[in-house]
Amino acid sequence: MARETARSTIPTPGRIPVTITINGAPAQLRIAPWTTLLDLLRDHLDLTGTKKGCDHGQCGACTVLVDGRRINSCLTLAVMTDGATVTTIEGIAADGTLQALQQAFIDHDAFQCGYCTPGQICSAAGLIAEGKAKSVDEIRELMSGNICRCGAYPNIVAAIQQAMGRS
Amino acid sequence: MINFDYARATDVADAVRRIAADPKAKFIAGGTNLIDLMKGDVERPSRLIDITRLPLKTVEETTEGRIRIGALVPNSDLAYHPLIEQRYPMLASAILAGASAQLRNMASTGGNLLQRTRCCYFYDIATPCNKREPGSGCSAIAGINRMHAILGASEACIATHPSDMNVALAALEAKVLVSGPAGERAIAFSDFHRLPGDTPDRDTNLEPNEIVTAVELPPRGFATNYTYLKIRDRLSYAFALVSIAVGLELEGSTISEARLALGSVAHKPWRDKAVESALRGQVADQDTFALAADLMLRDARAHEHNAFKIELARRGIVRALTQAARGTPQSQSDKRVA
Repeated sequence: MARETARSTIPTPGRIPVTITINGAPAQLRIAPWTTLLDLLRDHLDLTGTKKGCDHGQCGACTVLVDGRRINSCLTLAVMTDGATVTTIEGIAADGTLQALQQAFIDHDAFQCGYCTPGQICSAAGLIAEGKAKSVDEIRELMSGNICRCGAYPNIVAAIQQAMGRS
Repeated sequence: MINFDYARATDVADAVRRIAADPKAKFIAGGTNLIDLMKGDVERPSRLIDITRLPLKTVEETTEGRIRIGALVPNSDLAYHPLIEQRYPMLASAILAGASAQLRNMASTGGNLLQRTRCCYFYDIATPCNKREPGSGCSAIAGINRMHAILGASEACIATHPSDMNVALAALEAKVLVSGPAGERAIAFSDFHRLPGDTPDRDTNLEPNEIVTAVELPPRGFATNYTYLKIRDRLSYAFALVSIAVGLELEGSTISEARLALGSVAHKPWRDKAVESALRGQVADQDTFALAADLMLRDARAHEHNAFKIELARRGIVRALTQAARGTPQSQSDKRVA
């Protein structure tokens, strides 16, 4: 029906040149308009630390920082980040030393399967930078965009509290 | 998601020109709703016109004491803006009641106004939906409709508008500033969104090829006696079953000015000036609030699964008016409802 017809008749637009600084390194890329930032990271650049959970902005596994702000990379078109600075879980640690949040997640056993963890840590890094969460209630509310199906929430909150104390 | 072309608008006039040149093109800003709908083939634009580089990113006070919010101001920046926190805390609270921190960082002010319904049949392209495909029928009327409208619905559509921010903007009597081929105009917030009638495919009165450039708030902000109370299935990160925005001005215990708007009960934020008139001059007590709730819901009509929303709305209105009158607005982090 119309769906298949549309797929077959719409011409393929050319790839669009962009420059994105990813984990400190500028990358010059040519990207199809419909490539999400998540797919660019995972499928084109082999940065598979960022996870695809729901692919609809509901689970937070794909959270990365764009210009220092936490966003859902699954709902972001890569072409729209031209000129931006992107930080993924691979860029959180500096010089092979775990960042305070990463160490806190280990200290508090803040994961079980670990699939949501890169998103949790990037989201928590954004939360700490925003500086709005003071209480446990506020941490929980402002982390509600990150789902953990293993249910490690109490330990995640404890880890974030520890990292907030250090930062 | 189908293939599409991509272009960047350089200014507002360029954006209007580009959208007029391609009837199947769409603007994209935050993309949090549009990209999701495109992944499900609910939206199939031929071209996306990226407007994120337009100079519509500031919150400014006008000489008349109004606040002009650029259409590209992210929801999170707006909620935490000092002018909004101090003078329009109902709006800040409503924004923070919605979505997640990540989505609020992405979503724009204009895009929040233009978000589509979350009716599951609108999202499911295997089912009929008059909003998605005019004339195909409404699957929700005889389907699963516990989230659906109790006010202002039609035989063609019982979808609700899901926004939290818009409920506060309705209560605050904001204006929507738009620009198009015929120039600029201001639309009163109550005239911006539409009831479904027999054209539920049209969510708003924005004309084709018009772009939202700003939202303007009048000086009156109800910063002392207000609340935004959102009732939902989960305590966070869920769309409302019912939400209530209230702004009151009190002289002693008498209500001198009242605003009341409901979210997630109709195709648009639901405001009823007759109820606000009835509140004016009355003593701010439980009897007054109960009468206001009954009046607000006098035309409410349930479908198979959502009769509970009428009683929920009734109790929510009384509770929200009480919170506002007491000056104890609902916290958006401590979810206990006092």
